[in-house]
Amino acid sequence: MSALSGILLLVRRSLRQHAMSTSVTLLAVALASGLVMAVFSIQEQSRAAFTGGPAGFDAVLGARGSQLQLVLNTVFHLETSPGNIPWSQYKQIADDPRVSLAIPYATGDSYHGFRIVGTTEQVFTDFEYLEGKKFAFRAGGRAFDPGYMEAVIGSYVAQKTGLKVGDEFHPAHGLAEQSTEEHEEEYTVTGITETTNTPSDRVIWIPIEGIFRMGGHVLRANGEVYVAQPGEDIPEENREVSAVMLKLKNARAGFDLDMTINKQGKDATLAYPIGRVMAELFDKIGWVNRVFELVTYLVVVVSAAAILAGLYNTINERRREFAILRALGARRRTVFAAIVIESSVIAALGSALGYGVYAAILAGAAIAVRAETGVQLDAFAGHVSLVATPVAMIALGALAGIVPAIKAYRTDVAEHLAPHS
Amino acid sequence: MSPVVNIGEFSLDTANLAALRGGSGCGKTTFLNLIAGILTPDAGSIHISGEAMSGATEAARDRLRARKLGYIFQTFNLLQGYSALENVLLGMMFGRGADRGAAEALLERVGLADRMAYRPRHLSVGQQQRVAVARALANRPSLVLADEPTGNLDRRNAAAALDLIQEVCVENGAALLLVSHDEEILGRFDRVEDFAALNLAGREGPA
Repeated sequence: MSALSGILLLVRRSLRQHAMSTSVTLLAVALASGLVMAVFSIQEQSRAAFTGGPAGFDAVLGARGSQLQLVLNTVFHLETSPGNIPWSQYKQIADDPRVSLAIPYATGDSYHGFRIVGTTEQVFTDFEYLEGKKFAFRAGGRAFDPGYMEAVIGSYVAQKTGLKVGDEFHPAHGLAEQSTEEHEEEYTVTGITETTNTPSDRVIWIPIEGIFRMGGHVLRANGEVYVAQPGEDIPEENREVSAVMLKLKNARAGFDLDMTINKQGKDATLAYPIGRVMAELFDKIGWVNRVFELVTYLVVVVSAAAILAGLYNTINERRREFAILRALGARRRTVFAAIVIESSVIAALGSALGYGVYAAILAGAAIAVRAETGVQLDAFAGHVSLVATPVAMIALGALAGIVPAIKAYRTDVAEHLAPHS
Repeated sequence: MSPVVNIGEFSLDTANLAALRGGSGCGKTTFLNLIAGILTPDAGSIHISGEAMSGATEAARDRLRARKLGYIFQTFNLLQGYSALENVLLGMMFGRGADRGAAEALLERVGLADRMAYRPRHLSVGQQQRVAVARALANRPSLVLADEPTGNLDRRNAAAALDLIQEVCVENGAALLLVSHDEEILGRFDRVEDFAALNLAGREGPA
């Protein structure tokens, strides 16, 4: 035990005496372990966030085409719509006994880069973005009245555009952020939804009729071009929607619908289950993750090499010290252990600092992901790499200490005790 | 090449003080390193208070040295990055175990009560020598080896240092084996032997 306290005194003093080299090495280790933890944590969290939580729906019905595009467009409000389907398909699926909730979406307009989704009040009355959780309005807000040009905006939209309840705005045609083609219609904000940490925070909701009647929009549901006229009801046969968001009664219903719509039918696509569709996306871009992992492993190797080189360079100047310690009765293996412990301590301290690097990277990533998708990553979510990385880093540090430790171990006592003059 | 040391027989009784006379390069440091187990003899045996130093494994020699021996070097060989107190404590940590109270008492005994926290480079040469003396006694050794311990001191300091070394060895019941070429130092010992007379190898080789 006493030898250990001696070793710890040696390690402490050495770290301080080589403060410059110690801090450079610590920085390298901190960056390496922080990067590894961040990469693994962000990977897992984004996968969980995009394949699990924020959907709120079980399936999406849309035009014939890619299920992924459909999901990205309607659930995450990214990408463009693959096309429209006639109102009759919406009515049909809404009346289907296997479906518990069907909400139509009409997309294609935006405001300051935020998507405008035309829909029904069911989004506010029936839809649960998380189990048991419906959209709530900030004080003074309410849902839009489908008979008026009113809008409800997500909390992130409110934060970024500065729109408040009572403010008016002109929707822009198209989805581009710099879209200058403004519609003449003026919409009034009637409510701002409380933050949900889902993509819905980035959405502007208006009545679906508003999309149908927006100047310049045409409806082609039955093959003919139809332009809505003020004061005149739009015939159901002319109405069309971009997608229908579905809650299903049970999993069986999903398999049945998948069979009838995707495999036997040919005029619509059912994206089901939404989590699987997104999981396939993550599998497709898995190689990107592996590139990231490879890069972080390289950084780890470099940091271990930095430990090795930093310590190795100090051994020559410390030879006399080792010889004196040996003359005082320290064993060869004590000197060896002192070096290995020193390198492990560097790795441990570096890993501790690595948590700061990890937190900084994750905070940055969380802000970026939130801004792009509305999905919130949890910077404090536990992940096995938060424990595994420091443990591995310390083991690697100990391993890196072996080479300089061997050099110290070989110190010839008699030779280095001799007077220098 | 280092000179070959060949000692027929040499023994030092418990708590006795003895000096060896020898100039530089005569092999006396090699002799002390053999006794300390830092070097190993090709033939013959060395015992420290009944325990074999020769023939033992390196780890066993390290342990024996840590428990039974104190070593005072001409150049003191203090650990530069450590305070006087830490130097004495490190002397203990690989031996009998750190005892802060004992370390402080030793430094007080050699007159460094107010210098314990000083690093060697902030101490005078005489003070550094006294730290080395305190450290050599840290593990309550049965034998203290001193290799030209006063070689770096002026005449007045050298006399005082030798008095101190002899006193603390007697106080602690440790035997002392000191080598020097300084007749004034050697004159302060009852038992003085000529290293050249002891070393058979020295006689056989060229002069």
